[in-house]
Amino acid sequence: MAPVQTQSTDELERAFQDAVDADGRIEPRDWMPEGYRRTLVRQIAQHAHSEIIGMQPEGNWITRAPSLRRKCILVAKVQDEAGHGLYLYSAAETLGVDREELLDLLHTGRQKYSTIFNYPTTSWADVAAIGWLVDGAAIMNQVPLTRCSYGPYARAMVRVCKEESFHQRQGFEAMSVLAQGTPAQRRMAQDALDRWWWPSLMMFGPSDTDSPNSARSMAWGIKRFSNDELRQRFVDATVPQAEHLGLTVPDPDLRFDEATGHYAFGEIDWTEFATVMRGDGPCNRERLAHRVGAHEDGAWVREAAAAYAAKQAGRGAREAA
Amino acid sequence: MTPLPTSGLGVDLDVAAYALRLGDDALVLGQRLAEWAARSPQIEEDVALLNLALDQLGAARSLLTHAGRLLGPDADGHVRTEDDLAFLRDEPDWTNALLVELDGGDFGRTMARQLLVSAYQVPLYAALGSSADEGIAGVAGKAVKEVAYSLDHARSWVVRLGDGTDESHRRVQTGLDEVWPYAFELFERDPLVDRLLERGVAADPAAIEQQWQATVQEVLAEATLTVPETTWRPTGGRRGAHTTGFGYLLAELQHLHRSHPGARW
Ligand SMILES: [Fe+2]
Ligand SMILES: [Fe+2]
Repeated sequence: MAPVQTQSTDELERAFQDAVDADGRIEPRDWMPEGYRRTLVRQIAQHAHSEIIGMQPEGNWITRAPSLRRKCILVAKVQDEAGHGLYLYSAAETLGVDREELLDLLHTGRQKYSTIFNYPTTSWADVAAIGWLVDGAAIMNQVPLTRCSYGPYARAMVRVCKEESFHQRQGFEAMSVLAQGTPAQRRMAQDALDRWWWPSLMMFGPSDTDSPNSARSMAWGIKRFSNDELRQRFVDATVPQAEHLGLTVPDPDLRFDEATGHYAFGEIDWTEFATVMRGDGPCNRERLAHRVGAHEDGAWVREAAAAYAAKQAGRGAREAA
Repeated sequence: MTPLPTSGLGVDLDVAAYALRLGDDALVLGQRLAEWAARSPQIEEDVALLNLALDQLGAARSLLTHAGRLLGPDADGHVRTEDDLAFLRDEPDWTNALLVELDGGDFGRTMARQLLVSAYQVPLYAALGSSADEGIAGVAGKAVKEVAYSLDHARSWVVRLGDGTDESHRRVQTGLDEVWPYAFELFERDPLVDRLLERGVAADPAAIEQQWQATVQEVLAEATLTVPETTWRPTGGRRGAHTTGFGYLLAELQHLHRSHPGARW
């Protein structure tokens, strides 16, 4: 493949940008700027880590689910999230990194995952609220990624988004059963909305004015809409759903603005966001310790699988000889 | 879920009790498997173990629903649902085998137990596919493919762990030694099984044990594991006498449901 190098970096860069601007897909073998590759590795890895860490808060309710139907739905959902992690690590691997390396970055705190998973799930309604709000916010973020310029990521997102929208509907349905249920269930539902609303809005990331990398990601076709645009879409879609459930969104400044046709909402507590980001949210330590613990507890199993595979390869070679 | 026949189902306490045994085995094993969520050795195993859990829970739902109908209405005229049976029965009314309620322990013990249970469920469901009870036959016909996958999965792990490293060999042998004695309860005969064998509803435990022995011996040999020699045969699950850990499993399973009597979920 050496002759390709006759093109100068400038020319390659121009061809790359033209392809992106024309809404073309960049594939693993195509030339890409190093910054693009690095940005994608980081973003896809953090997305994969979020799927894997995200199994914990809901997985926590599997053994206590209040009906067998809900238990099965929840098991299937948590299983889907593990699957999303797998697709995403595979997509990252097309960029020349491997899963072990990325997991190590997660385990040592050098790569992050979504701040939303650093909040505790203290009641059953949290499972419903996560499906409704967190998967709902994830969809807003991820649907545009199905058109992202990097082919393997875009294709992974198509499959992930289908399942996330299923999770969102199941979550909303579970929430509506609680909202129409006994007084204790209604209280549970409102309490969950109270605790998950603001962290869900934070899932869209910092406000556009404080989002330094956004412009570059937009130019590269990795990002299609700004954080604030996506957040607004989420609020516009979700507030009427909360009203339909008869639940109160915990924002005294929330009101429908006739002039803009959008909901205006109160100021996000960016100090809280920064605190959780920095590692000092309610569950950062717990989530990471659990993840690292599972990985370390499983080391002997992975070593055994590798040792067995090596023995088998040796046996095969001897038989062939 | 397998659709259940809606007509021709009168009260039949024997078949109900048998369906409950099968359903309780599946539900309790599903609960134990699901405990692996987000803590398995690799992400592929989270997917696989949760898949196994879902298969067991799915079969459990059909079997408990079936049992509830066969039990007939209670004193208030209420036909017990799958959730009534799963969440509102006390410990002495659970008739699962002790093997499925044991704590999963480490991955070696979990896989040793999966091997012993799957090597039983494969011939069991194959035989029950032609049970004279349509409801049981329907569940078994669907589940037989799922438990075949489960047996393949367990076999491949037990072999890899047994013939992997010294540590994995030691751990899976220890796990096997711990769960092994509990397997024999699966093949016990009692008056209920006798009556249902006569009616062509139940599977013959002796025939299943034979197939189980053949499968297990073959896998353990390939895994370079030793067949445990103990003659201890703990039993009691089928008549509601359980191990200490089972109370904790039920507490976790039932707490939320019982905290909100009559609520819908
Ligand atoms: Fe996901
Ligand atoms: Fe999801």
